[in-house]
Amino acid sequence: MQSVHIVSAYDEELKFLAKRIAAMGGHAERMVEQAVAALVSADQDLAQKVIRDDIVLDEGQREIDDKAILIIARRQPMATDLREIVGAIRISADLERVGDLGKNVAKRVMSVTDGRDATSLYRGLEALANLALIQLKDVLDVYASRSVEKIGVVRDRDEQIDAMYTSLFRELLTYMMEDPRNITSCTHLLFCAKNIERIGDHATNIAETIYYIVTGDQMPADRPKEDKTDRVVVQQPEVAK
Amino acid sequence: MVRLWEARWYLLAGLAAVTVAYGFGPGRAWALPVAVLLLFAALFSAKPRAVRIAEKAGEVEAEGLQRLSGEYLAAAVADPLIIFDRSTTVVHANAAAFVAFGGMSPGLSLPLKFRAPEMQALLDSVVSGKIASDELDYLEKLPVERVYRVSASSVGHGTDLFVLVFKDQSEARRIDRMRADFIANASHELRTPLASISGFIETLRGPARNDPAAREQFLQIMQNQTSRMARLIDDLLSLSRLEMKPYLKAGARVDLRQTLESVIDSLGPLARDSNLVVERDFAEGQFAVPGDRDELFQVFENLLENACKYGQSGGRVSVSVAPGGTVAEPTVDVTIRDFGPGIPEEHIPRITERFYRVDVETSRAQKGTGLGLSIVKHILTRHNARMSIRSELGKGAAFTVHLPAN
Repeated sequence: MQSVHIVSAYDEELKFLAKRIAAMGGHAERMVEQAVAALVSADQDLAQKVIRDDIVLDEGQREIDDKAILIIARRQPMATDLREIVGAIRISADLERVGDLGKNVAKRVMSVTDGRDATSLYRGLEALANLALIQLKDVLDVYASRSVEKIGVVRDRDEQIDAMYTSLFRELLTYMMEDPRNITSCTHLLFCAKNIERIGDHATNIAETIYYIVTGDQMPADRPKEDKTDRVVVQQPEVAK
Repeated sequence: MVRLWEARWYLLAGLAAVTVAYGFGPGRAWALPVAVLLLFAALFSAKPRAVRIAEKAGEVEAEGLQRLSGEYLAAAVADPLIIFDRSTTVVHANAAAFVAFGGMSPGLSLPLKFRAPEMQALLDSVVSGKIASDELDYLEKLPVERVYRVSASSVGHGTDLFVLVFKDQSEARRIDRMRADFIANASHELRTPLASISGFIETLRGPARNDPAAREQFLQIMQNQTSRMARLIDDLLSLSRLEMKPYLKAGARVDLRQTLESVIDSLGPLARDSNLVVERDFAEGQFAVPGDRDELFQVFENLLENACKYGQSGGRVSVSVAPGGTVAEPTVDVTIRDFGPGIPEEHIPRITERFYRVDVETSRAQKGTGLGLSIVKHILTRHNARMSIRSELGKGAAFTVHLPAN
């Protein structure tokens, strides 16, 4: 990963950071996965577990922050090392946010439980979450392997997530138009979808940070933007089918 | 002979002592102590040295043996196997581990790759020596669901090496899941035609008992419904079969040009019935990709069938093959394009979901089961391939399959 330093404790510290990041990543992946599973199967217990687990990520971030500041103060890092450390701070912040978003999805499980008949919606949410999770997994795998040439694919996927989100958004609006009783659960599901879409964005952020750590260059800024929900409107249906 | 060689120092020392004692004669009193000294010196310096050499030789031999047999053993194990050291860095991973997890090169830090909390705990506890070995179930959900029984243990005594062995349990898990999913999907989708059939049976026995015209009509509808159920079951079964074996056999290559030609031939009657012309636009050269011919045939058949069914108004359908991708990861891109009404943008991300239909009425009329693209997606995931869909309303839709060329 990095060249060996004269002080081996320095290497140890850098390795520790990387390991903590990976552990946080594992937790974040697990939380999102379980939050969506809880949502789809209306599993309250699982949702409560996810909410409790969030504290692990908060602690992880704080620990990484402390450690990173200490390393900077003590070792005066340069070049790759400095990028590695600053990158760790940024990635841990992103992962902590991912955990928060997962927790928020879990919190909504209770409110959505009643009136769950639209199975296609849940299938859609699950597919959206799968896309976001694959992206998170790919990004963290790149963090492990440092093969930044694979990062382009990650961005492509962000495009897919946005497109899928826009499609779900439209569908939810339609359900709300059809029957005002759907509004409660649909609004919660809308936020869930938004949260998952945000998770994809954080994964893209992490990808950019990793690119910066490895190459020292910023990633070219042609990030695609497919989230078109700002323009989605649903026409009043003339006759209810 | 070896004994003699090992004992050479004693012999030499003895000889020297004797030579000294005799050569200088009894008159010289100092000669005897010198001889004794020599003897002792030889004994004390030579013996440890001999032992050291022997130990070293033993070490080299043992190390070589361990390393060699370790690698050979790892290669001989069919399950993914990873050997790592106390800092949880990969020392050696066998070919199966490469295939299963990718990027398992020596030097990779294991906790960075296996991030699941319980895997981290397992690695920690084994490396810290708290327990000698442990097992757990490791689940990888994405991109394909895989379940492993993982066991971690230390290797030998004081080698500072540890080993992770993965036993694939996906098959068993998948069969369980498949059963549950199949029943759920099938019962949901089969209920509609079944309800309609039983409705008509009731009518035929009751009000329409003596109405031959109505009877004929109802029987026709019932026949349509049963054939729909049959198609549905076929599709569900082929989807289940695909889910049963998510990995492809390695090594086989498929000639895409020939496969596409036979797909076009097999759908010739459908195209003729729909008044469609199938245009070929094949780039020069051979297009052979790794994969399973029957499965790729099904991919292109489903795509072309969709193009014929839903793009009927366009009057033509085009099939093109061209090299694509990047230099590092070349692909062969097959595009099947229709010139029909196109797919509304909001549906594109979701049309590969099971039973997702853009327009339920059209789909039913075209005898769709809602599973065609789902099957396509499954097969492509197995082939490590991607599919991109471009569509403009009123101008048709283009489905491009990007198959890795190597």
